[in-house]
Amino acid sequence: MRALFTSKWTKVVVFLLCLMPLASLGWRALHNDLSANPIEFITHATGDWTLRFLLITLAITPLRKILRLPDLIRFRRMLGLFAFFYACLHFTTYIWLDKFFDLAEMWKDVAKRRYITVGFTAFVLLIPLASTSTAGWIRRLGGRRWQQLHRLIYISAVCGVIHYYWLVKSAVLRPLTYAAILAVLLLWRLATKYWPQPRPATVELPPKPQRAQA
Amino acid sequence: MLLRKAPDLTYADVTPKSLYLDRRKFLRGMGIAGAAALAGARLWDLASPRTSAFAATKFSGLIKSPFSTTEKQNTYDDVTHYNNFYEFGTDKSDPSKNAQKFQTAPWTVSVEGAVKKPRQFTLDEILKLAPLEERIYRHRCVEAWSIVVPWIGYSFSALAKAVEPTPKARYVAFESYYDPRQMPWGKYAGIDFPYVEGLRLDEAMNPLALLCVGMYGESLPNQDGAPVRMVLPWKYGFKSAKSLVKIRFTEKQPPTTWNRMASNEYGFYANVNPKVDHPRWSQAKERRLGEFFKRETLMFNGYGEQVASMYNGMDLRKNY
Repeated sequence: MRALFTSKWTKVVVFLLCLMPLASLGWRALHNDLSANPIEFITHATGDWTLRFLLITLAITPLRKILRLPDLIRFRRMLGLFAFFYACLHFTTYIWLDKFFDLAEMWKDVAKRRYITVGFTAFVLLIPLASTSTAGWIRRLGGRRWQQLHRLIYISAVCGVIHYYWLVKSAVLRPLTYAAILAVLLLWRLATKYWPQPRPATVELPPKPQRAQA
Repeated sequence: MLLRKAPDLTYADVTPKSLYLDRRKFLRGMGIAGAAALAGARLWDLASPRTSAFAATKFSGLIKSPFSTTEKQNTYDDVTHYNNFYEFGTDKSDPSKNAQKFQTAPWTVSVEGAVKKPRQFTLDEILKLAPLEERIYRHRCVEAWSIVVPWIGYSFSALAKAVEPTPKARYVAFESYYDPRQMPWGKYAGIDFPYVEGLRLDEAMNPLALLCVGMYGESLPNQDGAPVRMVLPWKYGFKSAKSLVKIRFTEKQPPTTWNRMASNEYGFYANVNPKVDHPRWSQAKERRLGEFFKRETLMFNGYGEQVASMYNGMDLRKNY
């Protein structure tokens, strides 16, 4: 099992899996299967996958602890960067296909429409995280500061879920599902930080053999 | 003799003890992989070809309407696979899949309230009440997309005249069919059913207000509001209630579904108006399905000539 998580090939496979949503969009585009409103379809798909990758990224730490699979850490940066990748696609769809690079119009939107304000915030917060994702930046910032900075992902994910909740007309089930998962992931962090850790199950060790007296 | 000693197995081929002892973890991993495979299957299902619509009744001898637009019509495929019909699910692609088995025969529409001759109409009676016309209308959704559809029907006023509204009638309430067994998706829609809509009597009697029984030369597909619905081309799409079972003439303004759900976002009138934004998005432009660039939205969706006079002296910012 451990070998499965430490093999470099697993990383390649995960990388390719992460590209599947994009490949699916490409496939559908080729087959004229992006619904009657392709721009809306692409916007929703890229937005959905941004949220999903944010949640998967946030699930790594709890899963490492719960499943006792510390090697999962190898995938966290990649998953986080994929969240940013899909966020970029989502934002590009909006600014290009929805606003046609009308920046004035975009700023009006950001200022006036609260779901766009909060969604834009979620996107902007990811930029420093993506740009300091290298080992060099961890060194330059120092582990502690780097970690503090990267807690911005919590705010970004919360903003992302609110963005989704505020834009739907009435079908709140899906945004609430994302919200519930995010709540579990964040509450787990709070719980493990402030509640006393349960002691690791102790194993009765056989008594040390008494050393013969000299 | 088939039993043979495998010649090429060496001690190196034995599963390492650590891996053997980790097999439960491996199985757990397989569980995750299985879940991923299921998710993949679902994606595949989503990518598979669309279900085809059921056989529809063809209409012939339709009268061409002077209200028709000459704009390019949307494809039948677009109009039947991109629907808001929340009883059948909230995704645009849900109704085309989930409404396939919807039972629309036999069908009756009860017309009641402030009328001299309240009665139940069978669908057949509705089809024969007035000559059927083809009307190619622009249809603008409150979500800022639009389509052009060749609807079939006649002015709602023909039905109203058949039941003779009394002087007390000032509004008309429309109620859609709702059956949680046929429409289990409705539970997750976030709005109350049955779906109710309403018009002022003069709006309902406007010749543009269409009692609609078909489109593209055929009876209405289930996902587009079969077997009978309203079409009000100068109002946002949600005003045009689908799959009608009850029409009630009332003295007071009837409650309407989206208005009840969020009155600051969806007004009773809901006339298409590029100058009054939805609180969460602009209504100045719209995306015509099939077009890449957005187009300007027209006041009353371009039907001002027929309907603007009904709203003279009204503040359309307040009465959105």
